[in-house]
Amino acid sequence: MAYSEKLVDHFENPRNVGSFDKDDAAVGTGLVGAPACGDVMKLQIKVSADGIIEDAKFKTFGCGSAIASSSLVTEWVKGKTLDQAATIKNTQIAQHLVLPPVKIHCSVLAEDAIKAAIEDYRRKHITPDSEIANA
Amino acid sequence: MTTLQRRSGSNEPSRPVYLDYQATTPLDPRVLDAMMPYFTEKYGNPHSRNHAYGWEAEEGVETARRQIAELINADEREIVFTSGATESNNLAIAGVARFYKEKRNHIITLVTEHKCVLDTCRHLETEGFAVTYLPVHKDGLVDLAELDAAITGKTVLVSVMGVHNEIGVIQPLAEIGKLAHAKGAFFHTDCAQAFGKIPLDVEAMHIDLMSISGHKIYGPKGIGALYVRRKPRIRLQALIHGGGQERGMRSGTLPTPLCVGLGAAAAIAKAEMAAETTKLTALRDRFMARIQSRLPEVFVNGDTTMRIPGNLNLSFAYVEGEGLMMGIKDLAVSSGSACTSASLEPSYVLRALGVEEELAHTSLRIGFGRFTTEAEVDYAADRIIAAVQKLREMSPLWEMAQAGVDIKSIQWAAH
Repeated sequence: MAYSEKLVDHFENPRNVGSFDKDDAAVGTGLVGAPACGDVMKLQIKVSADGIIEDAKFKTFGCGSAIASSSLVTEWVKGKTLDQAATIKNTQIAQHLVLPPVKIHCSVLAEDAIKAAIEDYRRKHITPDSEIANA
Repeated sequence: MTTLQRRSGSNEPSRPVYLDYQATTPLDPRVLDAMMPYFTEKYGNPHSRNHAYGWEAEEGVETARRQIAELINADEREIVFTSGATESNNLAIAGVARFYKEKRNHIITLVTEHKCVLDTCRHLETEGFAVTYLPVHKDGLVDLAELDAAITGKTVLVSVMGVHNEIGVIQPLAEIGKLAHAKGAFFHTDCAQAFGKIPLDVEAMHIDLMSISGHKIYGPKGIGALYVRRKPRIRLQALIHGGGQERGMRSGTLPTPLCVGLGAAAAIAKAEMAAETTKLTALRDRFMARIQSRLPEVFVNGDTTMRIPGNLNLSFAYVEGEGLMMGIKDLAVSSGSACTSASLEPSYVLRALGVEEELAHTSLRIGFGRFTTEAEVDYAADRIIAAVQKLREMSPLWEMAQAGVDIKSIQWAAH
């Protein structure tokens, strides 16, 4: 199977590999996939006080396409608001990396990871604790 | 980086190191030398009885037949040439089943057999045959008591692979043959990966039918053989009809150069098997020692002693096999997982062994062979170590394991 140059570049030089403290109030963590299916993505976003994603990190267990998809979205979400980041679609990821049809699920997983991270961040900020902190 | 001493003929620097000897092997140059005259001046049809061209081609074919027979303690009249082990397996299983169907209609095989055995059995089920697919132990080996219990007075054939193509384990052929014969069933063994690699003896092992492949033993592709016992005589219904060549069991003009090549490859294997086993064992142990000195949590799939030295099926925990393959592009190995196909399922063989799905997704099949060098083995081990370390640093599962989180305790969403 021939992969695109962009995909190979993201696989060989993955951007933003790493982890943030998941208990940090400014961090949202998305963990999607399952080991038994051969793909697990962890995507973390760090959100500034004014609601902008200022940093992102990932760790992925999976094939080259899964790793490249998650590396790519860490670049894409940076500088975006949560609402903007939530509009990233798997088709854009698949198109950018020229994913072969059997690898489309990797881009779907990356989209799910962004949504899960945003949801986690939002969940943290509606807890009674944060309500009080924000008041 | 280690400079690689590549064997002559493949010294382009961009070619990956070949470590996929279970998929196929390069032709031994000595085999090619034996074959060449039969492509050029000795081009007669081996079935032509009326002139010297036919006779010299026939002599080449019959020498090859004898060379094959000698490697398994058989008579040359018991060797039927085919196009390869897939055809041999089809002919043995379907041929015997159909011939004896009035008396017996039950076949026993293992869930870990090669697809061409399983698929033939599936097809026979549609013709009304009953097939038992026996499970295997965690080490990949057959349970003899379970096999014994499965054989009935209706069982016509027990088909068990000699050496496994994915995990390299060696089945106890003599014991299986004895059990089959005790209840009047025939014993077929797919020895595509065993022939020329381990000592085989059709008498001592009670084998009635044996499938043989050319290209797994440094012979040409497109040729194989089926051993069919004569005493007592095993009958089979042919799959290919025509001029009645190969005693009516396989019609069609024999490809003389390919037959000669398979014979030459068998003769070399007979002469060099012991030395080659020693060499491959040393290479395998060297490779494993290097890997294990640097990487924790690497598991061998399949029994660790009852296996051929030229095969390793390894699970690198927390690293997905296909991603790993992409990280070692300069090594030609095979992914233990079937992820390169459209399916998300890991190997049916590893699942049959009870390898947990998450580990089954992390496996590689590494095959060493006649032309593998120490430098290649060291280079391959170092490349794999570097790739696994890099991918583990990137793996959320590795991170959790290091933090003491039990991955099984997490509620994973299936997708």
